[in-house]
Amino acid sequence: MPSSVIEITVNGSEEEFIAKPGTTLLGALRDTLGLTAAKRGCGVGTCGTCTCHVDGEAVMSCLVPVETINGATVRTLEGTTPADGLSPLQQAFLDNFATQCGFCTPGMIMAAEALLAVNPAPTREDVVTAISGNVCRCTGYESIIEAILIAAEATS
Amino acid sequence: MSEGNGANGNSTFDVIGKPVQRLDSLGHVTGRTQFFEDVNPAGMLHLKMHRSERHHANLVSVDTSEAEKVKGVVQILTHEDVPKNWYTVLTLINVGYPEELVLAEKKVLWYGEPIVAVVATSERAAREGAAAVKVEYEDLEPIFDVEEAIKADAYPLKPHGTNYFEYEGHHCRRVRLGDVEKGFAEADHIFEFKYQSKPIEQAPTETTGCIVEPRHDGRLKIYSNTQAAFFTLDNTALILDVPFGKLQVVGGTVGGGFGGKVDVTVEPITCIAAMKTGKPVKYVYDRYEEMQISSPRAAERIYIKDGVMNDGTIVARQVTLYADAGAYSRHSPYATTKAAAHMPGPYNIPNVHIDSWCVYTNRTPSSAMRGFGVTIGDFALETTMDRIARALDLDPLQLRLKNAYRDGDMKAHHKVAEGTALIEVIQKAAEQVGHELPDEYRAMSSKEAR
Repeated sequence: MPSSVIEITVNGSEEEFIAKPGTTLLGALRDTLGLTAAKRGCGVGTCGTCTCHVDGEAVMSCLVPVETINGATVRTLEGTTPADGLSPLQQAFLDNFATQCGFCTPGMIMAAEALLAVNPAPTREDVVTAISGNVCRCTGYESIIEAILIAAEATS
Repeated sequence: MSEGNGANGNSTFDVIGKPVQRLDSLGHVTGRTQFFEDVNPAGMLHLKMHRSERHHANLVSVDTSEAEKVKGVVQILTHEDVPKNWYTVLTLINVGYPEELVLAEKKVLWYGEPIVAVVATSERAAREGAAAVKVEYEDLEPIFDVEEAIKADAYPLKPHGTNYFEYEGHHCRRVRLGDVEKGFAEADHIFEFKYQSKPIEQAPTETTGCIVEPRHDGRLKIYSNTQAAFFTLDNTALILDVPFGKLQVVGGTVGGGFGGKVDVTVEPITCIAAMKTGKPVKYVYDRYEEMQISSPRAAERIYIKDGVMNDGTIVARQVTLYADAGAYSRHSPYATTKAAAHMPGPYNIPNVHIDSWCVYTNRTPSSAMRGFGVTIGDFALETTMDRIARALDLDPLQLRLKNAYRDGDMKAHHKVAEGTALIEVIQKAAEQVGHELPDEYRAMSSKEAR
């Protein structure tokens, strides 16, 4: 199978690169584009550390062959960080001690961003559902849920 | 800076009682924290392992010819490529002797033991190369049970001949105080219980791995998620047979460890691959390896026999503990020593007899995990305390208060107890949960001699 030329918009920047067959979106982001905020925890779509947005929806980027999303708009944690300061979710995670080892944090914030984009005033249950595909092995879920609810309140 | 030290009442604390931002949190929320795998040197190669598919077998032949033909494979490593193939991590603190192999030589002792490392230009090619290695086995009877392993006629798994770690010539780590048989003879009641735990995987979200980059000055730069940077550096240098100064470990950022990243399993072979190829090499466990290959908390089998008076005073305790180290020692001899010292529990018992065995079987080597050597023992001990309380119709907290260590008590391992606080902790806990204690128990104090 031949490699493909991929054109996607990543964090507002138009990117064009060659991808071997089977290259995942996660692999393209990390290895080709040097965007390493999204992490590989399992590589099989069970841990959520690679969560990014494709056309506004949260996806596990380790499960997306990049050739299947040609032309799409992709957003990663790097793209949600304002040039100056932090996003409301980032600030809430920081202020509320919602990080421990930090490995799940990028995926958690991206899952939460996707939730707040469609549901700016979520219930606790909405938050729990939105991050249900994201594993925090340090088990800091309570402070993560709290941070997302605080960020929602701060922005609504 | 604050003035005074609090004791004279004029302290101006500026940290205690106030939230202090974690230093690493800003990097975490922006995704800028650099985990080892976020390093991506140009021309990096990938290493994957061909592992044993037997629990216990002789290696009849290892054929790498098909692996060499896989497109992208650039280097195959066997035990012959490892300068000091026999090692043991605790050699740094003079515990044990080299008994584990970086790559298997003549036999394998566990399902998953590394045999051949395959280095390739892509992760996929390395995986295909590793899968193409052909190993012919001569099966040997595996031993999975700790008590089977230590039977006199059990097959010795390793060259030194015993399926247990020897502590200064003894078959196990022993703790002795008083005369336990005399204690049992005097006791009103004898309780005997058996506990068995299973191995527990630490399951960090970031899997174990490293990237090794050869530097222009001849040193190797090791980006690792080890929980033990210096331990890793020293053990790797011993295996490579190079001076410590030849290696530089860049670490400290760990995507979850929980004890699962203190063994030295990926760095040595990755260094050898980097030295052989002259290129940066990455070796990272996939999720399967993290769950199945990396060392879990040891399974423990614990027998507890307690002699107890009618009023709940424990007069004798005998514990036989078997920690299943799996095929190799790793950190288990240390954990088993901890278990021996811990198993009397935080109680004043005049007659104690502890045998704590570190046993080898054909299971995955076990090692560190949060409080290893004491966590399972505590479960067994405190479950035992509850069962005794129930059997004698005593309040479970009063039973513990009655037996709790106080300052000046002689511990089973012949150290005088000092700085004890179990009594006060239980009193406070009882108060907070509304568990009523009689006056005599509320008046107890750790400082008051028995």
